[in-house]
Amino acid sequence: MPKDGIGASTKRREDVRFLTGNGRYTDDINLRGQAYVHFLRSDVAHGRIRAIDTSAAEEMPGVIRIFTAEDFAHAGGLPCGWQVTDKHGQPMQEPKHPILAEGKVRHVGDPICAVVAETLEQARDAAEEIELDIEELPAVIDMRKALEDGATKVHDDLNSNLCYDWGFVEENKEAVDKAFSEAAHVVSVDLVNNRLCANPMEARVAIGDYDPWNDQHTLYTTSQNPHVIRLLMGAFVLSLPEHKLRIVAPDVGGGFGSKIYHYAEEAFCTHAAKILKQPVKWTSTRSEAFISDAHARDHVSKIELALDKDHNFTAIRSTTLANMGAYLSTFAPSIPTWLHGTLMAGPYKTPLIYVNVKAVFTNTVAVDAYRGAGRPEATFQLERVIDKAARELGVDGVELRRKNFIKPDEFPYQTPVALEYDSGNFHATMDKMLELSDYANLDARVQESRENGKLRGFGISQYIEACGIAPSNLVGQLGARAGLYETATVRVNATGSISVLTGCHSHGQGHETSFPQIVADMIGIDASQIDLVHGDTANTPMGMGTYGSRSVAVGGSALVKATNKIIDKAKKIAAHLLEAAPEDIELKDGKFSVAGTDKSVDWAGVTLAAYVPHNYPLEDLEPGLEETAFYDPNNFTFPSGCYGCEVEIDPETGKVDIVAFTAADDFGTVINPMIVEGQVHGGLAQGIGQALTEHCVYDENGQLLTGSFMDYTMPRADDLPVFKVDHSCATPCTHNPLGAKGCGEAGAIGSPPAVVNAVIDALHRAGHTHVQHIDMPVTPARVWAAMNTK
Amino acid sequence: MYAFDFVKPATLSDAVAAMEQEGAQALAGGQTLLPTMKQRLNAPDILISLNGIAELRGVRREEDALVIGAATTHTEVARDAAADYPGLAALAGQIGDPSVRNRGTLGGSVANNDPSACYPAAVLGSGATIATSKREIAADDFFQGMFATALDDDELITAIRFPIPHKAAYAKFHQPASRFALTGAFVANFGDGVRVAITGASEEGVFRWTEAEAALSDNFDAAALDGLTLPAKGMIGDLHGTPEYRAHLVAVMTRRAVAAAR
Repeated sequence: MPKDGIGASTKRREDVRFLTGNGRYTDDINLRGQAYVHFLRSDVAHGRIRAIDTSAAEEMPGVIRIFTAEDFAHAGGLPCGWQVTDKHGQPMQEPKHPILAEGKVRHVGDPICAVVAETLEQARDAAEEIELDIEELPAVIDMRKALEDGATKVHDDLNSNLCYDWGFVEENKEAVDKAFSEAAHVVSVDLVNNRLCANPMEARVAIGDYDPWNDQHTLYTTSQNPHVIRLLMGAFVLSLPEHKLRIVAPDVGGGFGSKIYHYAEEAFCTHAAKILKQPVKWTSTRSEAFISDAHARDHVSKIELALDKDHNFTAIRSTTLANMGAYLSTFAPSIPTWLHGTLMAGPYKTPLIYVNVKAVFTNTVAVDAYRGAGRPEATFQLERVIDKAARELGVDGVELRRKNFIKPDEFPYQTPVALEYDSGNFHATMDKMLELSDYANLDARVQESRENGKLRGFGISQYIEACGIAPSNLVGQLGARAGLYETATVRVNATGSISVLTGCHSHGQGHETSFPQIVADMIGIDASQIDLVHGDTANTPMGMGTYGSRSVAVGGSALVKATNKIIDKAKKIAAHLLEAAPEDIELKDGKFSVAGTDKSVDWAGVTLAAYVPHNYPLEDLEPGLEETAFYDPNNFTFPSGCYGCEVEIDPETGKVDIVAFTAADDFGTVINPMIVEGQVHGGLAQGIGQALTEHCVYDENGQLLTGSFMDYTMPRADDLPVFKVDHSCATPCTHNPLGAKGCGEAGAIGSPPAVVNAVIDALHRAGHTHVQHIDMPVTPARVWAAMNTK
Repeated sequence: MYAFDFVKPATLSDAVAAMEQEGAQALAGGQTLLPTMKQRLNAPDILISLNGIAELRGVRREEDALVIGAATTHTEVARDAAADYPGLAALAGQIGDPSVRNRGTLGGSVANNDPSACYPAAVLGSGATIATSKREIAADDFFQGMFATALDDDELITAIRFPIPHKAAYAKFHQPASRFALTGAFVANFGDGVRVAITGASEEGVFRWTEAEAALSDNFDAAALDGLTLPAKGMIGDLHGTPEYRAHLVAVMTRRAVAAAR
């Protein structure tokens, strides 16, 4: 076995350059003769543009050109990649999303003019000289008010602010209502899934470049999926064919979803570089990121659970208002629907489920996927209502969950909300979490805290999620306007080293380490002989990128397919060299041998023969050793797990401290356990951030009150405990060759309800039984107010 | 940021002279000023850096007081005041993060008088005296409401003289995002009287909680504060806390400061 194969905690090779400051991020790229663009953005949430006077600004020093919407009359709007069909079978309302505001501004931050100058400071100076005449209109901020009759419309050409009214499964609605009317117990929670901003460490950057002698466009951009950007921007916005458009996404400093989407600044820089015949660079400030990056979550929901007299779940009804913001971001419509409603069964056997989602346009930044994307919202609803049910029924939350779990021998399990879970063992992860968190001795710890004047509580959350997205034909039926396969090319070099080319993109996931581990394991050579190439459409095969915890499950599976093709061909070459039949050739530890003999040839001997084919079956076999595979999954993958959060509350201030957090996950096969643990840690930090600290808040006029880190609270290391993380309860995925399920989002999906459940538990144990729910973020002020408001 | 001129005088007299120019602005660490300049919310013509002036730096003991140069960084105060005035040193060591503490200065913070800053509580709570390029100002006269002080536009703080109490402590409850004080209480027991200064809470900026001072002067024990409350009226209400919450925290943080005083 190679030492860095599947299952080895190999240290991340990319970290050396990241930690020593030698990464090459988009902003590190500076092209000769580049100009800088500053976007003049709307400072009002909603307004009609009456006039734009750029004449004085154009006279400012260094100004090259000022662009407005008129300069993009020929271009398409930024496309939406997913069309949702409403409960009446009608397509969603889909407004145009112009590159620069046309006629109206629709959120604070909406770009109106683009000022290109020789320096960034000159561009900013000139932008201050632009005279805007904007008639301010009433801002549509609150989703309920947005749907009232006579509400101001965000888009004048749409019927209303309702993007779609989605029912799932609409045919189940009556049966669900009937089950509720006949239920022995009905428990409900009204809750908010708080609006977030991803805030990756690296803000967005775009550099457009154009080579007139080859008619070649290049866009350097902070993207999670360069091929998707090439397809969307080339085909729908700028009408550029793929062979004339290259997208480079070099080192990217975190994405968390916010760098999936095609943004206006990318199209602008690409187009302007050609018009101006010089490269054009844009680097977002953090302040700009808050008002131009896609935001996240922002659901207002009611979740209802019906139970029979024996506490079996009989029906679930979930009703949600989902904020789309002012425009439809690339995957926005799919998040509250197909990535949310389909998860509403959770790990439980609930026979009847109905989900209604109304997606709403408001005068806020567009909302789209963020680590977990729809699944955290579903998990939060379920785990909160089950927690409340246990409390109301006076039963143990552990037992209520166990009673309703899908059992280990019931897989594959068809849920009433379209998904077929292939594998899982919820009892095992629950038991593991309880063991690792020393749940049995919780009462003693509660008592000890009480003696110290603190309120201690424990919260449980059992999740299942769907990732590894996804079967292309299925998502096509659901409205996706793209396929969701992944690709890999394995390029074996003459001396045996290997370049793996992938359509996935690593922006913190450690692919440069883990992908080679897969190939090293299969061939039996050292991983140091294998490098990963990603992030450039010019030298990688068409792939769909990295999000939805799909890279190893889908991209890794493509890599297994391609590597198997390599091994098949290499065996034929080895058979020729060893004068044996291919079916008698065995590959072990990087050596090909003839079964039952001592005849063998090593890996490098075969690869050299492939490229120096002097002794080679040229009549039967092409020279060379390079194979590409596309892998389209048969199903989603279904990671699952159980999380336990233990908190202490300071009753005088309401401050919540997480004193312990235990995560027992089932990710199926794990390639690099250390990287997986790191992914869980990061996911937990973001989930806990959502639960305790993070919140995007708009005032009634549409001004973002949390537009900097002075008011938007990112979780910090000292907000977090030392996590206990376990992934030993693995049930491998049954339909991909690795058995891998994906681990990137789990932490952010499973943790928020565990935290809130723990806070409620602590308050109830201390006698504050009137507190049924506290909306996230559970800040000290909110906890104190809840304790002191009856 | 807009273009500006930058001057780094080596002596106080040069700095004072430079401040007389039109559009001059002292740069005393810049941990508030520079971010506002980067956002183009502030546009001084000339920045007069004070951190090259040796006579404005350092912590020294003068009888029963600690005199700290205005350009002394928070890190230096945290280190060099620890033996003589641990309550003050601990406060300095909790400001911002290491990079803020290595740049930000005592004089810069006090001159800015952010209603949520920590230092004004120590200055007022210690009954300190602010020495400037023109005069000496008692802390009770210096702080004049949010971001307002007794300083003239061209007046520089040179040093602050902190009488050393028998016991003191600062109790701070973080605004979770900025980690400024959502509410902070500085309590100093001088034997012949107790001073209590509150930051972060009031719309008027740092203030003395005189009822608590009276109660603690009689009995320096957290229990002496039982039943004492402040009205919510006039307290700051924002995303991070209502006026009621802040009024409540004033009492909690004051009790904790008393309990922690040494």
